[in-house]
Amino acid sequence: MPNHPVPVPSSVLAALKNKTIHLSAAKMIHSLFLVNASGDIFLEKHWKSVVSRSVCDYFFEALERATEPENVPPVIPTPHHYLINVLRHRIYFVAVIQSEVPPLFVIEFLHRVVDTFQDYFGVCTEAAIKDNVVVVYELLEEMLDNGFPLATESNILKELIKPPTILRTVVNTITGSTNVGEQLPTGQLSVVPWRRTGVKYTNNEAYFDVIEEIDAIIDKSGSTITAEIQGVIDACVKLTGMPDLTLSFMNPRLLDDVSFHPCVRFKRWEAERILSFIPPDGNFRLLSYHVSSQNLVAIPVYVKHNISFREGSSQGRFELTLGPKQTMGKAVESVLVSSQLPRGVLNANLNPSQGTYTFDPVTKLLSWDVGKINPQKLPSLKGSMSLQAGASKPDENPTINIQFKIQQLAISGLKVNRLDMYGEKYKPFKGIKYMTKAGKFQVRT
Amino acid sequence: MLNHCFLCRNEDLKEMLESSKESLKLEAMKRIVGLIAKGKNASELFPAVVKNVASKNIELKKLVYVYLVRYAEEQQDLALLSISTFQRALKDPNQLIRASALRVLSSIRVPIIVPIMMLSIKEASTDLSPYVRKTAAHAIQKLYSLDPDQKEHLIEVIEKLLKDKSTLVAGSVVMAFEEVCPDRIDLIHKNYRKLCNLLVDVEEWGQVVIIHMLTRYARTQFVSPWREDAVFDENSEKAFYDSEEERRVEQSKPYIMDPDHRLLLRNTKPLLQSRNTAVVMAVSQLYWHLAPTHELSIITKSLVRLLRSHREVQYIVLQNIATMSIQRKGMFEPFMKSFYVRSTDATHIKTLKLEILTNLANEANISTILREFQTYVKSQDKAFAAATIQAIGRCATNISEVTDTCLNGLVLLLSNRDETVVAESVVVIKKLLQTQPSQHSDIIKHMAKLFDNITVSMARASILWLMGEYCEHVPKIAPDVLRKMAKTFTSEEDIVKLQTVNLAAKLYLTNSKQTKLLTQYILNLGKYDQSYDIRDRTRFIRQLIVPNEKSGALSKYARRILMAPKPAPVLQSAFKDRDRFQLGTLSHSLNSQANGYLELSDWPAVAPDQSVRIVEVVEPVKEAGAPVFGKSKPGKSDEKFYSDSEEEEEEEEEGSSSEDSSSSSSEESESESESEENSDDSNKSSSSQSDSEKKKKTLKNKKLQQQKPDSKDRTKFFLMHIVLSFSNQFVASCRCSLLCLYVFLVCQFDTISWDVRVSLQASSPVFVPETSRELLHRMTGKGLSAQYRFTRQPCIYGNSMVSLQLTLSNSSDQALENIHISEKSSTGQNIHRFNAIERLEPQASVTVSMGVDFNDSTQAANFQLCTKEDEFSVSIQPAVGELLLPITMSEADFTKEQIYNKITKTLKLNLNEIPCGLSVWLANDRLGTGNLFKNNNLLKCYKYLNI
Repeated sequence: MPNHPVPVPSSVLAALKNKTIHLSAAKMIHSLFLVNASGDIFLEKHWKSVVSRSVCDYFFEALERATEPENVPPVIPTPHHYLINVLRHRIYFVAVIQSEVPPLFVIEFLHRVVDTFQDYFGVCTEAAIKDNVVVVYELLEEMLDNGFPLATESNILKELIKPPTILRTVVNTITGSTNVGEQLPTGQLSVVPWRRTGVKYTNNEAYFDVIEEIDAIIDKSGSTITAEIQGVIDACVKLTGMPDLTLSFMNPRLLDDVSFHPCVRFKRWEAERILSFIPPDGNFRLLSYHVSSQNLVAIPVYVKHNISFREGSSQGRFELTLGPKQTMGKAVESVLVSSQLPRGVLNANLNPSQGTYTFDPVTKLLSWDVGKINPQKLPSLKGSMSLQAGASKPDENPTINIQFKIQQLAISGLKVNRLDMYGEKYKPFKGIKYMTKAGKFQVRT
Repeated sequence: MLNHCFLCRNEDLKEMLESSKESLKLEAMKRIVGLIAKGKNASELFPAVVKNVASKNIELKKLVYVYLVRYAEEQQDLALLSISTFQRALKDPNQLIRASALRVLSSIRVPIIVPIMMLSIKEASTDLSPYVRKTAAHAIQKLYSLDPDQKEHLIEVIEKLLKDKSTLVAGSVVMAFEEVCPDRIDLIHKNYRKLCNLLVDVEEWGQVVIIHMLTRYARTQFVSPWREDAVFDENSEKAFYDSEEERRVEQSKPYIMDPDHRLLLRNTKPLLQSRNTAVVMAVSQLYWHLAPTHELSIITKSLVRLLRSHREVQYIVLQNIATMSIQRKGMFEPFMKSFYVRSTDATHIKTLKLEILTNLANEANISTILREFQTYVKSQDKAFAAATIQAIGRCATNISEVTDTCLNGLVLLLSNRDETVVAESVVVIKKLLQTQPSQHSDIIKHMAKLFDNITVSMARASILWLMGEYCEHVPKIAPDVLRKMAKTFTSEEDIVKLQTVNLAAKLYLTNSKQTKLLTQYILNLGKYDQSYDIRDRTRFIRQLIVPNEKSGALSKYARRILMAPKPAPVLQSAFKDRDRFQLGTLSHSLNSQANGYLELSDWPAVAPDQSVRIVEVVEPVKEAGAPVFGKSKPGKSDEKFYSDSEEEEEEEEEGSSSEDSSSSSSEESESESESEENSDDSNKSSSSQSDSEKKKKTLKNKKLQQQKPDSKDRTKFFLMHIVLSFSNQFVASCRCSLLCLYVFLVCQFDTISWDVRVSLQASSPVFVPETSRELLHRMTGKGLSAQYRFTRQPCIYGNSMVSLQLTLSNSSDQALENIHISEKSSTGQNIHRFNAIERLEPQASVTVSMGVDFNDSTQAANFQLCTKEDEFSVSIQPAVGELLLPITMSEADFTKEQIYNKITKTLKLNLNEIPCGLSVWLANDRLGTGNLFKNNNLLKCYKYLNI
């Protein structure tokens, strides 16, 4: 049936036009500003028309208002734009948005940018970014097109833009070759976009690290208020060709909630509780999991503490002793204790039985590098704190944050059963390592 | 001076750019990019830079592109110089070059080139490379923002790209759709199922966009699944029904979820396991807005998992949980401890956690929560401590059992050393006391005592208000407080002054003997105050309470006006009304409508036509008009993009993993070649084996005639055609079209009656897939593995059976004995078992055939595969297509039967187009549709038509 044009009243037309104008606001990420700790913009990139730097003034205002760097709100509305920022490595990545977009979309992407920089330059610092500004620009250009993510897989990016190495820089200057790939990365078009093709190694190896972190809050009396285990399996796979791996666990039921790298076949996991995947090349996070809080979590260290301030006195007592508990016979290493002392504390005069401690009189941060806990001779930190004269006794006792590592132990009891490889002929070298760490481990005093 | 230096450097760069050495040029460009990155202006180098746009060095070229995109808008005339280079590059055989040329061309914001951009986009949208098509989808948005007048043309391109089956394109084109024409929901109908099925394989960013779009779509197309659940969100629920009557009508029919609605929920669920937090959030909001309430709980764990992520992610997720937890405490209550605050959290995270804990508080857990709050009150972060006190206040009003406990706790806090804590406590106590003042005169007295020490004005004002409001409970103290206030009146803040005037007025009315003079003094002070507000208030109060000749009737009621009982304030969450925004959006996060926010519509009361989503014919992606340089492998690369979730069986069928199982017998290759002949030959291919089929057919027809005597040979058959070619790729699309066909049939059967005067004869199938699907994996089968394959031959065991070929192999190192199918079938399908295999040697395999009567349904047949020692449960799920048989029909017959015009039209159209063969599939299937052939068994009639 032919469509005859119907005369439209001019008011409707005007309304339509208004609507068009309203909708033409470009979506997704418009611009990106990188701001360092001292509040200077040191890099800007625009994917669409240029947005003036002055838009960041709203961000600086929020920065000034915030008492701590972390307290800057992640989403800041301004009259014409929205600023979404993330803070990593003491750099603010401020994205400028013009209209509705899921905020997590932008946040997730910004974190992916940071991860990519870290992957490329080893560290993500202002200096590293400034030194590699061309690569940074090339990366940002590939990662976003018109503000919409285009290529964010590290394997694909590395084929498009080779990471800078000293050797390559030298070779490039001599031969005149470039860092930029000429062909579309094969991954972009394949069903396994995360893996590049034509991978070759002389030593084929696959390493898996099972790392578990304990998040806990322990109350004054030493009883556990909340504790849960968050685990990840990080892999470093250097295998030739297109290997198809399966990884099975002795006790997969432990894994309560999991999230996978896109390479993992979800259906297989649902049906058989086996991880089956064609791995990306190099380092990647295969799996992160949560061990349900219903299970009892073993707490590997205990803290005996006595921190007290007396009314009217300018002295406070500080005593802290650490000891191992439920460690399954493994040593607790790299122990680091830190605590934010009350504002009234001027200085601390302490005596550690082992390790070293520092107290920063400005930030009031006490940190004690303990090292390894020797069960025969428990480490302790004792001494006195001097308080501001005349000031009243602080209300709150400080919380103690503890970090530690235990090698060769996954505290949840998770065990990998076996790792098999299909699809390739050679015999790879396989390795599995377990480690338990403290996550957000806090003791209230 | 500085400027001068800069100019010098620019001269320097210009020289480098104009040199003949590639390396110098590159160096210069790198420095220029450095300048751009710092935000310095390098626009005057434009002429020198633009010359290098055609450079052979790809890195140099890319940097020039970066420069061009940045400055083209400012230097439009010069930018035009580069256009021809891009136009040439658009024809390059290398897809990366084509794509990046289009990217840059579309990023140059010069209005003059709009027609060129339009043309390039159109061309690129039919490119063979999905990567280039993806770029075209991105370019649509760019062109649209440059020139909104192109909307109509762009919508055409979007429509075309929406049909694209590549997962690479899907996300980008939906993005373009959202930007250009989010209201054109009709474009989505036909692609809805495809998008649902592709979703798992789309890259993660595309997933987010598609999920958000589908959420909006679903809210316009399906009816509310929340119907039976009366408890849930009454306010918004009621809005869906215009009147009570209608509601009753709605509820009288049982709710059946649209299968498409279910499809969306099912296909998004695995994405909750994504590593991308934005995807998890998107799925969560989809479930929140679309899923039946009892299915909602599956998102809880995933959301709680996200709390382990970065600070910024936590912030957004907590905001969304806060909104959810108001409506559904139960969802997050088991995870309450995950919201406990740590001293290292940022303040806004702490406040949000507090908000959630307050929302979750109920009679059972309140004591735990209050204990936790006690710790927070002592926090060094005073803003947080103050927020905690408010939270305690909210708990106290919401849960009457703990009101007293909370109040006592708050009173204790009044002696806290920190002023903000005390002030906040006073304010909260004031609100709490309003609910039951008579029992708490002690507290009011206590607060009066504290009054001298409190300096925060809000707290002072609150105490004064309490005194005035309840002056009858504290008859001795209130006048004394007023006396003190009279002394300090001039130095107080406005808010305190106002409350003093209030207190004075109330005391004057209740206890004028003691306070008359004080009141007059205060009113006089107020009369000459600097603030308008206070002068106004004073004047008003004076007229109201002090009777004189002018004041008239009002002063008689002064007491009733001022001392009226006031309703207690409701302490409610700041997230109370946030659910007016779609979860996970920027608007929700800001609690104000962001630019470009698309409202989520309410469920329709009656579902719109479901059939709009049915895809009638799936044709292969027409590559017509694509550039001729097609070096990229067309079929192969395309094929890879079929989603494996599209249909399990499809993937496995295509999967080239098991190259050619031993099962593919010579018989099939014969039949295949036969059918090939057929396609060339004219219609002669009635094979003898189809006799039985014929009989059955007639039988069926008779039965039908009995049912519908008035239409003699009319049977409710429906003719559909499906084009079959021999390419592998094509089979895939046929597969999915078969499914669509099936659904279409189901819907159309009622209205269509169709003559089957043609004698229908089953013919050999056109294509028989040679790959088999796995029935039993050797790991699960303890060495025994089994694969099955549909032979697509008439089953020798029974007319209603589908024949299957089973390949059993033994990969263990011991012989397996007595392999058979157990007698008991769990699902009631009639299964013709194969004869037991007595012994299977290690590494040996054997092929047997069996028949299964699927009862015309795609329900899986479950049975036990047994060896001497073990039993393994296995299941076979047939695709709809496997339940059908091909029939032969002459063209003449075929054209005669053009009863259903529309269909034949399309058919004819295709007849002209399809060179290799055309199959007519007659399908009848009663699956799920009660209205056709209720008691008939499977009617297999399908055949292949020769032209």
